[in-house]
Amino acid sequence: MMRRAALIAVPYLWLLVLFLAPFLIVLKISLSDAALAIPPYTPTLKDGIGALISELDFENFVFLTEDDLYWKAYLSSLRIALISTFLTLLVGYPIAYGMAKAPEEWRPTLMMLVILPFWTSFLIRVYSWMGILSNEGLLNQLLTWLGLINEPLTILNTNTAVYIGIVYTYLPFMILPIYAALDRMDSSLNEAAEDLGCSKMQAFWLVTIPLSKNGIIAGSFLVFIPALGEFVIPSLLGGSGTLMIGKVLWEEFFNNRDWPVASAVAVILLLILVIPIVLFQRNQQKQQEAEQ
Amino acid sequence: MSQSVFAPWDDPNEKPLIRFQNVTKRFGEFVAIDDLTLDIYAQEFFALLGPSGCGKTTMMRMLAGFESVTEGKIELAGQDIGPVPPNERAVNMMFQSYALFPHLSVWENIAFGLKRDRKSKAEIEARVDEMLKLVRLEKFARRKPHQISGGQRQRVALARSLAKAPKLLLLDEPLGALDKKLRQDTQFELMDIQETTGTTFVIVTHDQEEAMTVASRVAVMDEGRIIQVATPAAIYEYPNSVYVADFIGDVNIIEAEARPSGEDEYSLNWIEGQAPIKATSQKTFSDGQKVHLAIRPEKIRISTEKPDDADNAMQGKVLDIAYLGNLSTYHVELPTGQIIKAQTANTRRIARRDITWEDPVWISWSATAGVLLEH
Repeated sequence: MMRRAALIAVPYLWLLVLFLAPFLIVLKISLSDAALAIPPYTPTLKDGIGALISELDFENFVFLTEDDLYWKAYLSSLRIALISTFLTLLVGYPIAYGMAKAPEEWRPTLMMLVILPFWTSFLIRVYSWMGILSNEGLLNQLLTWLGLINEPLTILNTNTAVYIGIVYTYLPFMILPIYAALDRMDSSLNEAAEDLGCSKMQAFWLVTIPLSKNGIIAGSFLVFIPALGEFVIPSLLGGSGTLMIGKVLWEEFFNNRDWPVASAVAVILLLILVIPIVLFQRNQQKQQEAEQ
Repeated sequence: MSQSVFAPWDDPNEKPLIRFQNVTKRFGEFVAIDDLTLDIYAQEFFALLGPSGCGKTTMMRMLAGFESVTEGKIELAGQDIGPVPPNERAVNMMFQSYALFPHLSVWENIAFGLKRDRKSKAEIEARVDEMLKLVRLEKFARRKPHQISGGQRQRVALARSLAKAPKLLLLDEPLGALDKKLRQDTQFELMDIQETTGTTFVIVTHDQEEAMTVASRVAVMDEGRIIQVATPAAIYEYPNSVYVADFIGDVNIIEAEARPSGEDEYSLNWIEGQAPIKATSQKTFSDGQKVHLAIRPEKIRISTEKPDDADNAMQGKVLDIAYLGNLSTYHVELPTGQIIKAQTANTRRIARRDITWEDPVWISWSATAGVLLEH
């Protein structure tokens, strides 16, 4: 019994130290006031526990509602995350389907190719997209050389580049759960559907899609959740018009040095993320129950 | 009034429902079906029997439309079904894995095919209820496939494949996943349902007992060819080859040289030091032709005393006894080293059995008990 308790304590301790404690610190900062000091906010522990608690307020959260920059940034992030999740699904599903239908001996290789990008730094890969998408970049050179365009397309520093970046980066997270779901599927189910009068297309919609639903949901959350708070891709590939909350947070923190407002932005972002995370967990749980 | 025997294959005026005409199927270099010709008649319960890899499943998949024919053609009710895709064939299949849709309830599974036909809601409901009643699953209509037992799943699969009232129902090892007791019950249920619905059933199985029980005719297959097509009784009593004799049930095969000794009668010289065996055969064999005598263990009598009236009798020693409960199979070793299997029904309790290991015994059989087969 003691051993079991000790075993369970390890992950909980891990979460407590590395997740809950930092979150509480951020929450506390979000309730503080900005100050010209080190650290740049008051009150701190130096002021004593009583003062610390009595001086906390929701001022920064009220401020977030007053300046429309913030809620616009949240909405814009949600929109970008939703659209890019959908685009990732559109690109990822056929790839996963192709992998699941590929000959057995090919599958490990294909799986390897999907995972391969993780072997190089994420930053380097995003930078190389800058090289591809810029006005003098590879893509424009190729299109000009093919004679498809006369003027270079402006892709870099637009939302399009952000979508491309997010779809590219998170594609494996979409492919892998869908592939897992499709791989588990009994191929005689599709034959049975055809046998009962479905065309191949109908069988796909009525059998394959519903049976890979859990993979689609899992993949979509795995893309949507990190995409919502994404900072690197919009700041490197997006332009001044790309409004994403991750970028706002970064500017608030490093450019304005307003830690309390930055923390408030982070806390709200976390609260928004809790909803899809809980839904994701429930989906996973339901799936496990169905398999038992 | 005498009941007419169901034997459309003997009636030259009867049109077969399915015709395989010189059908060959190749997968690359591998020949799965080799120039096969076969007629199956309406309302038959036809069994394709053979070891795994003999091509029986390929034949079924060609009927369902999941495999194309390399050469020859398959006709269903006079129409070449080669170019007809699976979803447009009046053929339904019950899959070995059942292939029930896990995301749909029992009711929706059965309704699946009907909905594709754009039938009215009332029609679909009536038909599904009828099917549920047929397989006695009315109470389980709302359950999902993973919430019912294996035997119930099997019945859902059957109901689903019968719902569209196909001309032909294909059953791929339908009882393979059930335990023995349930399998036997289900065999009779299958026969009942086949009779009630009047549907033509083609069943694929590697279980000879199952094929014998349910089928009106059995085709024994090996390496893409049909070795024999006949009623279960004919297959068992008159196998046309050593392969069939050996595949169906237990058999003693004795190699010998035939010598005609009268009309349809032969005297078989089979081993030095043993009297020739007397046997009858409708088929003629030339003098000195090498033959196989196939004789079923239950046709051989075993006794402690020398029988007076037997055509063939020889002495031996009990080497082994396989006790099966209702039956016992005795392995009797002859002085010349051959082992002959003899089977008797255990009408007495085992404690009162008068023959045991190492006992000297007599085995005997009549001239008509065995079948003479070409070498």
